[in-house]
Amino acid sequence: MSYGNPATLDATFAALADPTRRAILARLADGEASVGELAAPFSMSQPAISKHLKVLEKAGLVSRGRDAQRRPVRVEEKPLAEATAWLEAYRRTLEANFQRLDALLDELKSTQGR
Amino acid sequence: MAQDKLTFVTAGDREVVFTRAFAASREMIFDCLTKPELVKRWLLGPPGWTMPVCEIDLRVGGKFRYVWRNEDGRDMGMAGVYREIAAPERIVHNEAFDDNWTGGETTVTSTLSEAGGRTILTTSVIYANEQARQGALVSGMTDGMEYGYSRLDALLETV
Repeated sequence: MSYGNPATLDATFAALADPTRRAILARLADGEASVGELAAPFSMSQPAISKHLKVLEKAGLVSRGRDAQRRPVRVEEKPLAEATAWLEAYRRTLEANFQRLDALLDELKSTQGR
Repeated sequence: MAQDKLTFVTAGDREVVFTRAFAASREMIFDCLTKPELVKRWLLGPPGWTMPVCEIDLRVGGKFRYVWRNEDGRDMGMAGVYREIAAPERIVHNEAFDDNWTGGETTVTSTLSEAGGRTILTTSVIYANEQARQGALVSGMTDGMEYGYSRLDALLETV
């Protein structure tokens, strides 16, 4: 099992730490889009969107198609899957603690009820 | 028994907030957070770890010290100071791992709110800065310390 290397995860989380970039990724989850199509729902210029796309591209979260006219942007699933797996592992560790606490609380309640 | 799932969200630049509901009174949960003989029973992390040291001086300015030990003999320690204590609803403390995983001290606020026989534990962790939070979330358990990914992977396989 691998959760990727820390540098990749750093880049992924840094890229995700921005609401516009998260909205772009959410839009791309429905399918590839051109920069113009991505800019449309935001009150932002195409260059501003391009800047966000560069961050996402550098983090490996999106890639650009070869079509010279459109250069469609699409989501790359692997880094997102790695980030999700890491967070899930973190959550499971905490949850393991809390499940032990559930059991302990049940035990304390049954002792007190006696 | 149905328990609300653990949730955690980031808030602002340097905070992470966890919430979890328990089917118990907040007095009982407060005890489990503050009495060493109870803390040792659940605050253990992944399988294979025990907590041989759990010292708690529960008063404002009082210190606590936790040491976890893996079955391979490896130790991991943490220490902190209580800043606010309002039993059974609120505890604020500072903490830091011996190996400084979290990029400086963190401030942890635990809040217990009870309704209808259930208690929600909200834990807010405020890191020293934005980078520290990111580091803790992303690589705090792996970077520059012996507790590497291979260790984490091995641990996860046993979860």
